[in-house]
Amino acid sequence: MLQVATKRDASHIRVFTPRDTLRSFISGTGARFQVATGSLFGLSAIREGNQQVQKKATGSWLRSSVQIFAAILGTATAALADSRSPALSPTNIFSPDSTPARSIFRLSRFGLEVEGAIFVVVFSLLAYVVVKFRQRQGDDDEEPAQVYGSNQMELAWTVLPVLIVVVLFLSTAQVIHRVQDAKRPPDAIEVTAVGHQFWWEYRYAQYGFVAANELHVPVSDAAHPTPTFIALLSSDVDHSFWVPRLAGKTDLIPNHPNSMWIDPQETGLFLGQCAQYCGAQHAKMLLRVYVQSRADFDSWVHNQQQPAVSDPSVAAGRAMFQAKLCFICHTVRGTPAVGQVGPDLTHLMSRDTIGSGAVPNTPENLRKWIRDPGTFKPGSLMPAQDLTDDQLNQIAAYLETLR
Amino acid sequence: MASESIPLTIRTNPLAVVYEWLATVDHKKIGIMYIVYALLFLVVMGIEAILMRIQLAHANATFLSPQLFNRLFTLHGTTGIFFVAMPILFGFGNYLVPLMIGARDMAFPRLNAFSFWMTALGGFLLYGSVFAGGPLSQAGSAPDVGWFAYAPLTSPAFSPGHSTDYWTLSLLVAGVGSIGAAVNFVATILSMRCEGMTLGRMPLFAWMNLVMGGLVLVTISPLTAAQIMLMIDRYIGGHFFDTDAGGSVVMWMHFFWIFGHPEVYVLIIPCFGFVSEIVPVFSRKAMFGYPAMVAATVGIGFVSLGVWAHHMFTVGMPSYGNAFFVLTTMVVAVPTGIKIFNWLATMWGGKIRFATPMLFCIAFLFQFLIAGLTGIALSIAPFNWQLGNSYFVVAHFHYVIVGGILFTIFAAFYYWFPKMTGRMLSEKIGKWHFWLFVIGFHLTFDFMHIPGLLGMPRRVYTYEANRGWETWNMISSIGAVVQAIAILLFVYNMIESYYKGATAGNDPWDAWTLEWATPSPPPHYNFAAVPAVQSRRPLWDIKHPEDPDWKYE
Repeated sequence: MLQVATKRDASHIRVFTPRDTLRSFISGTGARFQVATGSLFGLSAIREGNQQVQKKATGSWLRSSVQIFAAILGTATAALADSRSPALSPTNIFSPDSTPARSIFRLSRFGLEVEGAIFVVVFSLLAYVVVKFRQRQGDDDEEPAQVYGSNQMELAWTVLPVLIVVVLFLSTAQVIHRVQDAKRPPDAIEVTAVGHQFWWEYRYAQYGFVAANELHVPVSDAAHPTPTFIALLSSDVDHSFWVPRLAGKTDLIPNHPNSMWIDPQETGLFLGQCAQYCGAQHAKMLLRVYVQSRADFDSWVHNQQQPAVSDPSVAAGRAMFQAKLCFICHTVRGTPAVGQVGPDLTHLMSRDTIGSGAVPNTPENLRKWIRDPGTFKPGSLMPAQDLTDDQLNQIAAYLETLR
Repeated sequence: MASESIPLTIRTNPLAVVYEWLATVDHKKIGIMYIVYALLFLVVMGIEAILMRIQLAHANATFLSPQLFNRLFTLHGTTGIFFVAMPILFGFGNYLVPLMIGARDMAFPRLNAFSFWMTALGGFLLYGSVFAGGPLSQAGSAPDVGWFAYAPLTSPAFSPGHSTDYWTLSLLVAGVGSIGAAVNFVATILSMRCEGMTLGRMPLFAWMNLVMGGLVLVTISPLTAAQIMLMIDRYIGGHFFDTDAGGSVVMWMHFFWIFGHPEVYVLIIPCFGFVSEIVPVFSRKAMFGYPAMVAATVGIGFVSLGVWAHHMFTVGMPSYGNAFFVLTTMVVAVPTGIKIFNWLATMWGGKIRFATPMLFCIAFLFQFLIAGLTGIALSIAPFNWQLGNSYFVVAHFHYVIVGGILFTIFAAFYYWFPKMTGRMLSEKIGKWHFWLFVIGFHLTFDFMHIPGLLGMPRRVYTYEANRGWETWNMISSIGAVVQAIAILLFVYNMIESYYKGATAGNDPWDAWTLEWATPSPPPHYNFAAVPAVQSRRPLWDIKHPEDPDWKYE
């Protein structure tokens, strides 16, 4: 039970038991509310308690706080709906287009609603307390009633949060299981993504080729899903694969293989980037996922499976590619170049960007990149090349035939 | 005893003054040294922050090179945790705990001094790296591996030179200082309380420091162990974190976060103590639910040891592992919420005075509520798979550290500066400081959540223009400048008030704990006669002899 200071005259004392507090709150809601709900809730019997001061104020307080709460919830929901627009950002986590991202979105919306309610309640209490119990001018110097505590209140505001935790935990555990432990259907596409400083290698073992930096997957029909399962490995440090509209991020950790899956239901280009600090050019290790119709995906695969185009008119460039030791780091399938340090260049011209999304794949950018990758990605592990203009043009001309 | 202010230093020749401070074992002087040291580094990390915010205000900006940016965020984080937050809290704790429990000094004064100087050495080591200058980069040898220094980025292959070693050694040294300070807090609080002051009657700030001390003793060891393993890997052929030789980089993460998560509770728990001292005094009411506050804090201390892998939800732990850490993280929010309700109940029915310390505490309550809620969002593991390692996390932890910890530290300054110096800080400048800082804080960190929700990862020196992040980053950067102005006002307030502030007297706030029974500043020995107490608020008992606390507790 609570204790209270007893010395001073009664007008300064509030006898605060939790029941009284609740009573005075309810009974102080004003005559109109009482009449409307008295019979409904049987509250008409509850009239005693220290209600004089609180009566009118609490009544309008209750009404207006309910209105405010409803308004906030409505606005928040509307804002959340608006915020789902991919026009706001191509990497908006509230604009999911794949089952994992959608599961996460639904769970997060629920969690945010619960938290929003908690915020409104506690903030209202704080605002009320700060306004209602401030020292007013002309106030005497008497200390207010000293209240040391209440076991009932401690219990109440322990039990209620615990219940909220139970609800949140159970709904969370369900989604964890659904996403992480999803079974792989037999016709899933399988890709292995290997993280490098600062580019992405994609191995399509099913189809027998290796690509880099731009991931192509077929669109998945909701009725007959064809998800893509991505195994995640790293060749050097930690990275993280994050394309927000398709799935949550999963890390690529050396000697710790991970796995994730996506089943995008719309064609298009989905953006993302590495989300685990991996060194100087972490910021430019960008992700591009091309979701294509089955027909387009199959023709892309077919093209990637071919060895490099062998155009005799760029023989000089091919020779220069060897002479300048590019083959040590890069692979061009069908030629002696079998380097594994840098991206596979067999179908370089099938990509929209170079430098893992850093710049568009144009002749000018290609030349600038080869001459000095630091122009676009200072700290990139590809060194600047010591080339004359002629040599550079020959190599670039050769690379431009690798469609 | 004489009630006039005794000057903080005995003004004889300067060399004597310097020697006095270098050689002191007085807890009050050591406390002040910790605080001044931390304030200097606060300014340094603020400059680092402003530089980074300038770079991030525009997409594809070229104000800073990537290498320099990466060093800046590493230094900013490391400095903030180890050389600003921990020292400043050890400083306040050192100054106040003996006074609050009626003791004349800490249990081990020489260990106290040793701990301070070890911490100080750590800071100088870390920044020594900036000047040590290596041949491998233009920006000196400052570490650039992030404040949690994940393996294998810290291996010799990916961090050549000595920059990582400066990080490792400076924290190793500072960790020794932290352990010494924690030993002192625990020993002092357990064995040097004055007569009548049972554990159930000591100020909540003392309880907070006891729990914090215990937590430090448990949590620093994993970090020290990990750092020793890292040094073994880097220099004498170890392979703890070398995956080519069967080592594990995930093990580094576990070791680091087993330290790293309780560490943030080490930081916030003394701040809860500040609030628990200030809110009752400015509400004119006893703290509501003292036993519940103690139980909640002890509960937080224990549960916080079991939540660490919520920093690793994206690492690929099995689903039941992830679920376990979801549960423990949500559970630790319950006692934290209990504390907020108890503070509100303390204010309920009171007569609130809005002096500057109280303003900062009220803002703390609002901001800590939000920080807790974004923390719960992050504890929902699938949501964390989107939000983890994004600017949402950066916004969340700055909300806790700046909006929670730093705000209460400002409250503590305004509240106890009069005790430490005998002068009041200016209320007028204080209110300017408060409102500017609130505006700047919210501009920066409220809007920082949005780029996270829109897919912006952290630790990026720049970003693409087509992501829709630029406007929000610009707003955050503007807020940083506003915060900087507020902090400059605060520094000015302290300097001006030290020389020209109103005289404080023993008890300018009409408060109730023992430190207000001494002159301002207290004499070297604190109490001429060691006091005896009968309740949690000995000065209330003296001021209200007809109505003392001990009749009702």
